[in-house]
Amino acid sequence: MGLQALFFYIFAFVAVASALMVISAKNPVHSVLFLILTFFNAAGLFLLTGAEFLAMILLVVYVGAVAVLFLFVVMMLDVDFAELRSGVLKYAPVGFLVGVILAVELVVFVGGNIISPEAGKAITMPIPALTERTNTAALGDVLYSNYIYFFQLSGLVLLVAMIGAIVLTLRHRTHVRRQDIATQVARSPETAIEVVKVKPGQGI
Amino acid sequence: MDTFFSTYLWPVLVMVVQSLLLMVALLIYIAYVLLFDRKIWAAVQMRRGPNVVGPWGLFQSFADLLKFVLKEPVIPAGANKGVFLLAPLVAVTLALATWAVIPLADGWVIANINVGILYVFAISSLEVYGIIMGGWASNSKYPFLGALRSAAQMVSYEVSIGFVIVTVLLTVGSLNLTDIVYAQKDGLGTMLGLPNTFLDWNWLALFPMFIIFFISALAETNRPPFDLPEAESELVAGFMVEYGSTPYMMFMLGEYAAIVLMCSLTTILFLGGWLPPVDIAILNWVPGIIWFILKATMVFFMFGLVKAFVPRYRYDQLMRLGWKVFLPLSLAMVVIVAFVLKLTGWA
Repeated sequence: MGLQALFFYIFAFVAVASALMVISAKNPVHSVLFLILTFFNAAGLFLLTGAEFLAMILLVVYVGAVAVLFLFVVMMLDVDFAELRSGVLKYAPVGFLVGVILAVELVVFVGGNIISPEAGKAITMPIPALTERTNTAALGDVLYSNYIYFFQLSGLVLLVAMIGAIVLTLRHRTHVRRQDIATQVARSPETAIEVVKVKPGQGI
Repeated sequence: MDTFFSTYLWPVLVMVVQSLLLMVALLIYIAYVLLFDRKIWAAVQMRRGPNVVGPWGLFQSFADLLKFVLKEPVIPAGANKGVFLLAPLVAVTLALATWAVIPLADGWVIANINVGILYVFAISSLEVYGIIMGGWASNSKYPFLGALRSAAQMVSYEVSIGFVIVTVLLTVGSLNLTDIVYAQKDGLGTMLGLPNTFLDWNWLALFPMFIIFFISALAETNRPPFDLPEAESELVAGFMVEYGSTPYMMFMLGEYAAIVLMCSLTTILFLGGWLPPVDIAILNWVPGIIWFILKATMVFFMFGLVKAFVPRYRYDQLMRLGWKVFLPLSLAMVVIVAFVLKLTGWA
């Protein structure tokens, strides 16, 4: 178990340190880059607990797609750093409140699990051993049988959000000439070109 | 002390030596793939290509390496120095990291993990960071535009690559890359009455997916005709404008490592990995690694030909191809393949 403990401390330390850097970095782009590092180390922690599928999905979805778009937006923002820092004190109470709520929830959850370990087991599905079922398959078993409606519903919510975002931002400008691939492909030599016999020295 | 050696030191040592061996072999292969690329390009244009350094120009890549390393690295005054130097490192590290799970022959893999294909997909989706970071940290217009284009392009084509991988996984039933190769021992060719041949591999059964994967791989690795992030006619050299010497070389190395990786992935997913094309006496005496390299090199040959033949796409056409053609097509194929497998009971 020595190596595993060593890697746990490495991942955990880097995750916490980079999470601190997310809120203390002066440049917002650096903050996002540290956030990505935090995600990466969280994926490492998932791997150590044997949740290989979750680790990979965390990388694909959060780091590979969501954080890219996030970085994209932050880079394009024209941020005034001095103004940004002057607002820190104004928002500090709200931030502190959110932090306290999160901390209390964590304490309640972990504390509850320590006080009565049986309480958590009653609501979860039985977890098959890693040797008999890979956790990709185990997750699939549960998601696509017992929780299929919730799973589909969450997909539907995302779909509605996506359509909403497109409807809000889509605007058709009328004076723009657009490329219509179908009409381009449907052109034939008869409609596109005209063969003209030009006599020498006369022009058309 | 003895247990310390046998439980910690020895496994780590084996891992390090294996990784180093693979990396050295890979870097030498990339050096020759680079030369091969330039030779193909030259041959299509009826030129000779690099032919001065060494016999037939065989040492050209090593001469280029020396040239890059000995040059002075220039960092623009307005650049964000840390991120500027970190970007090429990220690009090359991620491109090399993926190779840990690629099975080069039967059992020749450093980490034979259950979620191998997801790992490859995850790491290759991170490769966009090298480009975005480089483009942003250069603090200049052209690199930034190149980086933005690249981010949009790679995210778009990842979607169709994901669906292609899903169809392969549906037919195979495992995320392990070695299992994916083994599953291709038995396929459409066996049903047609020609068992143990190249007709068994996925390329025939999933032919439309094979084409989509090939084209998406071109777009994902920023190869021509999809090299818009570095389109020299519009953006000078895109995200690499401000880079020179060793950092530039690392970007190039990362790019080619990613290209070779995509070639190997095509080989594993669709061309039967290390399996011989026909399982008869002479052909199956050849070691699996030779078949793997031959197949990957053949896919790279196609990459090279496309670079030489096809003019660069316009940006809106690139997005149209990704979102309006490949995405619906691959999504429909996932549904069709799932239905066929379920109804016929082949799964």
